[in-house]
Amino acid sequence: MADTTKTIEIEVLRYRPEQDKEPFFQTYTVPFEDDWSVLQGLQYIKDDLDGTLSFRWSCRMAICGSCGMMIDGKPRLACRTFLRHYHPNKLRVGPLEHFPIERDLVVVVEDFIRKLESIKPYIIPKEPRKLEQGEYLQTPAQLEQFRQFSGCINCMLCYAACPQYGLDSKFTGPGVLALMHRYNADSRDGGRGERMALGHSEEGFWGCTAVTYCSEVCPKDVDPANAINQNKMGSAIDYFLRFVAPRGAGK
Amino acid sequence: MTRSNAPLVWSLFGAGGVLAALVGPALVFVTGIAVPAGILMSHDLMSYQRMFGFAQSWAGKIIILAVIVLFLWHAALRIFHMLHDFGIHPGVASKLICFGLPFLCTVAAFYWVLPI
Repeated sequence: MADTTKTIEIEVLRYRPEQDKEPFFQTYTVPFEDDWSVLQGLQYIKDDLDGTLSFRWSCRMAICGSCGMMIDGKPRLACRTFLRHYHPNKLRVGPLEHFPIERDLVVVVEDFIRKLESIKPYIIPKEPRKLEQGEYLQTPAQLEQFRQFSGCINCMLCYAACPQYGLDSKFTGPGVLALMHRYNADSRDGGRGERMALGHSEEGFWGCTAVTYCSEVCPKDVDPANAINQNKMGSAIDYFLRFVAPRGAGK
Repeated sequence: MTRSNAPLVWSLFGAGGVLAALVGPALVFVTGIAVPAGILMSHDLMSYQRMFGFAQSWAGKIIILAVIVLFLWHAALRIFHMLHDFGIHPGVASKLICFGLPFLCTVAAFYWVLPI
């Protein structure tokens, strides 16, 4: 039986640039059931308590990557975090760290999108191919080279987790670097040379200080830290061998 | 985008990390616990004569130098990055200390170990 008498206090960071001088926490008391996610708690607030609250959400099932936020200080998807884990304590919800706040829990994502576009996150064929040549074939072993890293849903939790990105946003960041690896490691792709000029730089793989919190918070088990470490190895080999055996762009 | 020169130190760091993970705990156990306390191993396993002979062979010199030098560079880069994460950002001072010190120690290690 659902127990609708239970309530939990949710502290939500509010910031409406046209009326608030600075962000502040507002507390709402929300009745909830055991299967309610934090997202459902926020939806209750918006529908029944305070319609002015803004937050991003879409799929409710950890696939769209929209509802990333700081929940009790940790970057999490609101849809796969449950209120019952915090009850009877209150919980605190804020926008993703390391991004400017646009409004309430909504952050400005332009920097992330620009970086994502800059690494050409799509397959660049090795050579032009005619329709009658048929599909690209790939062995299970070739698929395993990149499959894990293709699970990224661009939720940016890893960016909120990355102290390096927080200190210097010129760093390309975990998610986008993992995606760069995903395409470079695809046997159908020939775009490694175009992507690795960034990869070899301080803004690329070398900006990472190997904290690995990105991999801990990833809701899709992408393990960006592993992708970056593999590429540090590749980039280091290329650094020393580039004159005898070039493996892609490098200046 | 300029290519980073990080691979120079990182390759030493990486080699040191692999070595530390592989032999670090065993070394601590053998040299710090087992031999001094005589557990599982006898005291004279690391007697002066044996260790002296070990350090005189080329294989011994390479192993001793690898353990000293690579461990050092691994720790140096780790500390360098950690300082950055804690808000002490790369500058002349932190580079001088984090890379200068292990460099001096590397030179010293070669200076003393090679002539044994």
